[in-house]
Amino acid sequence: MSLPIEIEDLNVFYGDFRAVDGVSMTIAPNSVTALIGPSGCGKSTFLRTLNRMHEVIPGAYAEGTVKIDGQNIYGPGVDPVNVRRRVGMVFQKPNPFPTMSIAENVLAGVKLNNKRVSRAEADQIVEVSLRGANLWEEVKNRLNKPGGGLSGGQQQRLCIARTIAVKPEVVLMDEPASALDPISTLAIEDLIGELKKDYTIVIVTHNMQQAARVSDKTGFFNIAGTGTPGKLIEYDDTNTIFNSPANKQTEDYVSGRFG
Amino acid sequence: MTTTSPQKTNRTPVRLGDRIFTSLSVGSGLLIFAALLAVFLFLLAQSWDAIRASTEVMGQSGEFSLAEFVGPLVFGTVLAAGLALVMAVPVAVGIALFISHFAPRKLATPIGYVVDLLAAVPSVVFGLWGGVWLVPKLEPAFRFLHESLFTRWFPMFQGSDQEVTSPMRNVLAAAVVLAVMILPIITAVSREVFLQVPRLNEEAALALGATRWEMIRTVVLPFGRSGVVSASMLGLGRALGETMAVLMVMAPGLTYTLHVLAVGQHSTIASYIAAQNAESTGLDMSKLIFAGLVLFVITFIINFIARAIVSASSKK
Repeated sequence: MSLPIEIEDLNVFYGDFRAVDGVSMTIAPNSVTALIGPSGCGKSTFLRTLNRMHEVIPGAYAEGTVKIDGQNIYGPGVDPVNVRRRVGMVFQKPNPFPTMSIAENVLAGVKLNNKRVSRAEADQIVEVSLRGANLWEEVKNRLNKPGGGLSGGQQQRLCIARTIAVKPEVVLMDEPASALDPISTLAIEDLIGELKKDYTIVIVTHNMQQAARVSDKTGFFNIAGTGTPGKLIEYDDTNTIFNSPANKQTEDYVSGRFG
Repeated sequence: MTTTSPQKTNRTPVRLGDRIFTSLSVGSGLLIFAALLAVFLFLLAQSWDAIRASTEVMGQSGEFSLAEFVGPLVFGTVLAAGLALVMAVPVAVGIALFISHFAPRKLATPIGYVVDLLAAVPSVVFGLWGGVWLVPKLEPAFRFLHESLFTRWFPMFQGSDQEVTSPMRNVLAAAVVLAVMILPIITAVSREVFLQVPRLNEEAALALGATRWEMIRTVVLPFGRSGVVSASMLGLGRALGETMAVLMVMAPGLTYTLHVLAVGQHSTIASYIAAQNAESTGLDMSKLIFAGLVLFVITFIINFIARAIVSASSKK
């Protein structure tokens, strides 16, 4: 992917409730963008609109345009299934498929849509994806064991391997390390830095140090109060957001003087 | 009982309520075994005359062959229940998936209730419905199956014209009624299992670009497989033991034919016992009870297999 993700005036609704209001931002290709903000500010909801996953919840819909590689994913006739093949997602809690082995988990997305892959091709995809997720050395001798037997951090890297196995253009991560211990968190953060070479990454995090460590740009979301829609307050270089934010709310939040 | 009496060496005080509760629950647990054993012993004791008189057990001196007697009944029972299962499982899984994953909530709840209500219909009512209404309605379909070109090489729908005759009170008609009867239990258990699939796993599949059907195939069905198997076995158990509906729908006979459209060729153990027991005494009664023992053992084995399948797939 060479073109940026362009988001213009995006509103997200759950039924009558407006959860995210008028977000516009441009995300550069092969960069890491962090979304921070207090709980309930709409950052996860916003993230899920970037691959149309919010539509899984009954009654949820979005208005506005999101252009990925020049194509508006909310354009008429765009199939959300195809959007999700181009925009992968890693969730808060590691969620490998419990009925599948490690190798089958990695191949799960590849085998969708009745795509046939030869044995050699499959082995190749498994190794490349697991190496890409820094997991290969740890699991290469037990690829046929269930994925549920791995540690939490390993499971999360398995989920990343599963996501990159389908070669998406963008990888979305929704608090990918919040359920993990510090060592596993570090492993995920290192991995994010490496994945940047090949993918555009958008990550939601509650951990501001994490945002500062991994991201090139940071967006700060906030709400005026409960029941009001979340808004993008400030979006700038990570350095600027954390050291000299333009907005008072951002400054209060990143310096811990929030609320 | 030693388990309930307070031990003198035990220093922790045993409270009265605890003791009562413990003895109640242990007693109830043991009661199950006692009941099962009592049924088994009754069947064995009462069928002993027939077993002793049989040629297989006692050599040439016996009066009749117990295997020859019970063989066609076992065959008919397994055939009818098996056919019912083949028809019911795909439909039940379909309904369960519809309720758990496809139907809007407004529709899913009433459909769930309707399916549960189906389980509350007494079997004699199913028998009436099957015998009076369904059999004539099925006749054109059966004739079509019997006369279609497909039947030339598919033996199950074959049979002479004398056998395949109206009214079509054959084993397939009985199996259709049985299928309707076991549908609710299979649907209800499958639906519960499908609803337990972790939301996170479903989202993971969707986020990989799965369509709804692909999500169901990769996540929901593998997760629910052992549940569907045990649900089917529960249904099979019910179909094997069903008496009234089969008695009222199927014209009985005692052959080994696989021609499921042929009338008057099959009987099931349960319906045979129900039909014969009023007029049976002595050795005949003993034979009937032996047939009951065989049914008991078959159901036992089916349950055993179901447990084995469930535990094998949950270990993986």
